[in-house]
Amino acid sequence: MDDFFQAERALSTMQDTKISARNVDVRYGDTHAIKDVSVEIADKTVTAFIGPSGCGKSTFLRCINRMNDTISIAKVTGHIDIDGEDIYDSRVDPVQLRAKVGMVFQKPNPFPKSIYDNVAYGPKIHGLAKNKAELDDIVEKALRRGAIWDEVKDRLQAPGTGLSGGQQQRLCIARAVATEPEVLLMDEPCSALDPIATAQVEELIDELRQNYSVVIVTHSMQQAARVSQKTAFFHLGHMVEFDETDKIFTNPQDSRTESYISGRIG
Amino acid sequence: MTTTTLLALILILAAAGWILGRRRALAMVEGDQRQLHSLPNYYGWQVAIFVMVPAFALLALWLAIQPFAVNMGISDMIPEERVAQAGSRALVMADVRRLAGGLDTAQAAGVLTAEEARGLSVEANDIRDRLAQAGVALGSAVDAVTLRAAQRYRQLAGWGDLARNIAVIVVAVAGFALAFRAIAPAFRARNTVERAVRYLLIFAAFIAVLTTVGIFLSLIFNTVKFLGLYPAEDFFLGLNWNPSFSGRGGGSELGILPLLWGTLYISFVALVVAVPIGLMAAIYLAEYASKKVRTYAKPALEILAGIPTIVYGLFALVTVGPLLVDVFGRGGLLGVNWMQGGTAVMTAGLVMGIMLIPFVSSLSDDIINSVPQSMRDGSLGIGATHSETVRQVVMPAALPGIVGAVLLAASRAIGETMIVVLGAGAAARLSLNPFDAMTTVTAKIVSQLTGDSDFSSPEALVAFALGITLFVITLGLNVFALYIVRRYREQYE
Repeated sequence: MDDFFQAERALSTMQDTKISARNVDVRYGDTHAIKDVSVEIADKTVTAFIGPSGCGKSTFLRCINRMNDTISIAKVTGHIDIDGEDIYDSRVDPVQLRAKVGMVFQKPNPFPKSIYDNVAYGPKIHGLAKNKAELDDIVEKALRRGAIWDEVKDRLQAPGTGLSGGQQQRLCIARAVATEPEVLLMDEPCSALDPIATAQVEELIDELRQNYSVVIVTHSMQQAARVSQKTAFFHLGHMVEFDETDKIFTNPQDSRTESYISGRIG
Repeated sequence: MTTTTLLALILILAAAGWILGRRRALAMVEGDQRQLHSLPNYYGWQVAIFVMVPAFALLALWLAIQPFAVNMGISDMIPEERVAQAGSRALVMADVRRLAGGLDTAQAAGVLTAEEARGLSVEANDIRDRLAQAGVALGSAVDAVTLRAAQRYRQLAGWGDLARNIAVIVVAVAGFALAFRAIAPAFRARNTVERAVRYLLIFAAFIAVLTTVGIFLSLIFNTVKFLGLYPAEDFFLGLNWNPSFSGRGGGSELGILPLLWGTLYISFVALVVAVPIGLMAAIYLAEYASKKVRTYAKPALEILAGIPTIVYGLFALVTVGPLLVDVFGRGGLLGVNWMQGGTAVMTAGLVMGIMLIPFVSSLSDDIINSVPQSMRDGSLGIGATHSETVRQVVMPAALPGIVGAVLLAASRAIGETMIVVLGAGAAARLSLNPFDAMTTVTAKIVSQLTGDSDFSSPEALVAFALGITLFVITLGLNVFALYIVRRYREQYE
């Protein structure tokens, strides 16, 4: 027993904590969407949030880059630290924060601009490039990271909306990584994609782990099992269980997790 | 029997048909309506439709044709010398109809009995005097020819009315019988009724289209007539607008260019005012305003659109014009003497711009709102501020729709009349100074056709040529605007 405990400690100290949430509550008007969630998300890992629809996993994800601030009725309490800094501190500018914490959405949402301008949008706003050549570099690097460079390098000026669904989603991932974020949040990034595009995006997520801390919300348990190292199970606004992905899927501690994974609730 | 009583009779028959048809359908299945193909009401409606539609169609047709037939019947009773004396056959016929109508009125009022009315003669009776007792005023004493024609007219019209009443009632009753006999449990009354409703909808849609065609045709004929009297190149390329009202034709200069210039200049000023203000108002309302502000501000802004344009014209005349003169006129605040009087391009343009603000803002607001939220989320998620998101993502996405809104506003500005009449003056001139009085195509159409106008002179007919030019310009703008708006809509659906 003692040995096991030691081994686990070793594993968790090996990976630094990137995001640490303590006692987070979210209310939308009268709806209590997130109830007292605390979680530690490690750097350079893929963490999956699973759970039935309406369980609050997307809401919690949107707390990490303060996207809930854009909804006037949402009220967030508790603490979320990134690298030990409380992001809900009044000194933190949510706009700056979002440059550091990139987000990819459920539906591919390229801007009605060219592929190049879609990716260059973030770097331009944040002044990351001194000149055109540097910007070109950033765009190319981001598109390569998004695993879409080869497909679009000959038509960078074509509209981003003209790509296929899977390409659009990878373009959005490239757009998110172009601002050099440290954390990448993905809200069901594959739910609007076909199986082939899903496989491509999943492969990409695994590569992104080298550089970023990735948090992914997904409805598909197979996807969580395939791409993530850690998994959190949400149910009715509570975080029920959070552990190594293998453990969650093979040996869940909570009966609700087990029911969900075996398909009895959902 | 008058047309009104005939109409009432058909309606009563239709109502009876509704009740009886419904009852018969129910009676056939002994009250168990589940055995009927359609709900009982449909059987009622089916009978009512069969009564009304053919009868009304026949009535409308008859009312359209009978006057022509009667006119033809009495037209050859009028000798050529009588026509020559009155000036034209139409004038004599008008006299005849007036006398016939007068006799009918007098008979209805009890001044004349039916026999008396039929037996009148020019020598024995002072017809003008008798009719005056019934409140019918005739222009001159009645001559024998007119009286004979009028009597004949009354006779023909009487026969016609009688035949019409009989025919219409027969058709209505036949429709009733046909529909009533067709009722059976398996009869698909619902389908029949729904088809009839569909035709009704088609008819309604066609009325709008046919009216447009009618307007266009009425303009075309008169324009062709005008271009026969006045050279086309002088009209389209002439630099002077100087119609003479002294005599027929001759000496008038009817160039459209000064008017077109005035129209475009005033519209331009109006758009320069309306587009930025309207667009910024729309951005505020769609992007920044809280829900509470929106619920009050949006309707408040749209109230502006409900003000009649003549009221805006008054505003231009009594407030904006004098105000501008105080600033730009002789001895004004700026010490310049650019403005001679209160009526100017600037006055009309400013007020028209104010009128167009709600038009632009309301359309743009809808368009900005239809940009998907996911687009904004994407931009905010990258770390853009709200303002950067609006400027760099929302506005480019909404741009085609906004261009459409602006073009629609432009075609309204071009067609605007009352503000121009009161605010811009009446002088047609080609000038660059926006503080000069100018006038527009629409204002001149009004002035050419008001008062006693002789519809065979180029001075009056030019209004139709102006009208059709304007029609083509605004139609082109509208088509272009709709094309752009539609293309934009497809992008997000």
